[in-house]
Amino acid sequence: MYSNFYIFRYASVMVIIVAAVLSSAAMFLKPYQERNEAIEKMKGILASAKIDATTENTIELYEKNVNEEIVINNVGDIVSIYKNGNFESGEIRAFNLDLKKELYKKSKGLEFNIPLLVSELNGEKIYIIPLRGTGLWGPIWGNIAVQDNFSTVIGVTFGHKGETPGLGAEIDTKDFQSQFVGKEIFEDGKFQSISVVKGGIVNLPENMKIHGVDAISGGTITSNAVTEMLANCLENYVPFITKNN
Amino acid sequence: MNVEKKEKEALFSIKNRKLLINPLHKDNPITIQVLGVCSALAVTAKMKPAFVMTLSVMAVVAVANVLISIMRNGIPPRIRIIVQLVVIAALVILVDQVLKAFVFDISKQLSVFVGLIITNCILMGRLEAFAMANKPWPAFLDGLGNGFGYGWILIVVSFFRELLGSGTVWDYPIMENLGVYNFGYKNNGLMILPPMALILIGIIIWVQKSKDKSLIEEK
Repeated sequence: MYSNFYIFRYASVMVIIVAAVLSSAAMFLKPYQERNEAIEKMKGILASAKIDATTENTIELYEKNVNEEIVINNVGDIVSIYKNGNFESGEIRAFNLDLKKELYKKSKGLEFNIPLLVSELNGEKIYIIPLRGTGLWGPIWGNIAVQDNFSTVIGVTFGHKGETPGLGAEIDTKDFQSQFVGKEIFEDGKFQSISVVKGGIVNLPENMKIHGVDAISGGTITSNAVTEMLANCLENYVPFITKNN
Repeated sequence: MNVEKKEKEALFSIKNRKLLINPLHKDNPITIQVLGVCSALAVTAKMKPAFVMTLSVMAVVAVANVLISIMRNGIPPRIRIIVQLVVIAALVILVDQVLKAFVFDISKQLSVFVGLIITNCILMGRLEAFAMANKPWPAFLDGLGNGFGYGWILIVVSFFRELLGSGTVWDYPIMENLGVYNFGYKNNGLMILPPMALILIGIIIWVQKSKDKSLIEEK
């Protein structure tokens, strides 16, 4: 028979050992994980601008292709510009901006900042806008690359933490993402966003087809989450775009 | 030490080999013991995650079995389930962290599945039923055997679900290359949904039991 004291001692020693092992593993592995996450983020940004990167050359390609990082505030003024490795004004790098925190500030009605990345495709200036939203099981995120009219989509990427495999998780496939190419965010200068339409865009009126893509069967909640994420993130840029046109 | 030596038997004695082989068929965790069905439904829509899930479960159940077997004489019976759970959870988190640091791409594909290993009933079942009463080496074999007994069902189920549901095998578009779409063939979306995994497992059990009548329980 084991005494209560033994049981308490056993449990305490066990949890201390486990905690020590796990926290030292986490501390030791953290730099690797953070690097992986940064590379993953860069890869997504590059992929939306139609640049295929492998894990090895991502950092190099990012520095070469994304030549300007701009931070904008919620009323459309530029907060900081980071160009070719130096700050031209301000001191926030758009790449390091935590979109989750900024969107939280937005939901609380506070002032917030948003990132805007500038790159070039075939000699033309393009903008890349990072996205973030809430899926069915966890966060979803992505990047959308648009022409310099801020409306025509060049490419998108989506990622997710834990959407249902085979259903909602299909948002990170090429098949789903390729539907966005050529769609328009604005309709005659009015913000429209792009919707993921259940049942398919065949059911939409003709003039709305350019603002919609087909949803994933079985992944309705994730599909709606993508629609919401696009609207919630893209609308923040409207003040900036109106000021600059 | 001396006592250990007297009892020492060959590493792969018949008894030990049985530990490894029985879970594949006669004592299969999914089809006979009907454990771990929940995750078998969730991760079998595609072959790749099913395969990595198999490897992860094998690793975790084998190591957890060994650890619990080493600790078995000191574990107070009243908190043994908690101890087992802590061991499993710690191992799973470790596996998850290592995957995230060194094979990020695979870890991304697996997403929540790795965490789901904690809730896999097979692990608790093996720790409670086997590791608590056996030496580390047999426990290790038992863990590997059960991990693979679980895994081969996953791989078979995911093969059919991916082939019929997505028209691919290991992400290779086999149906497209065979050109069957030209004859009006369509992927069966139902295969992607969890109920079909259950039906496939049912079919496997049916085939297994009709081949080996000794597995049929008497009423």
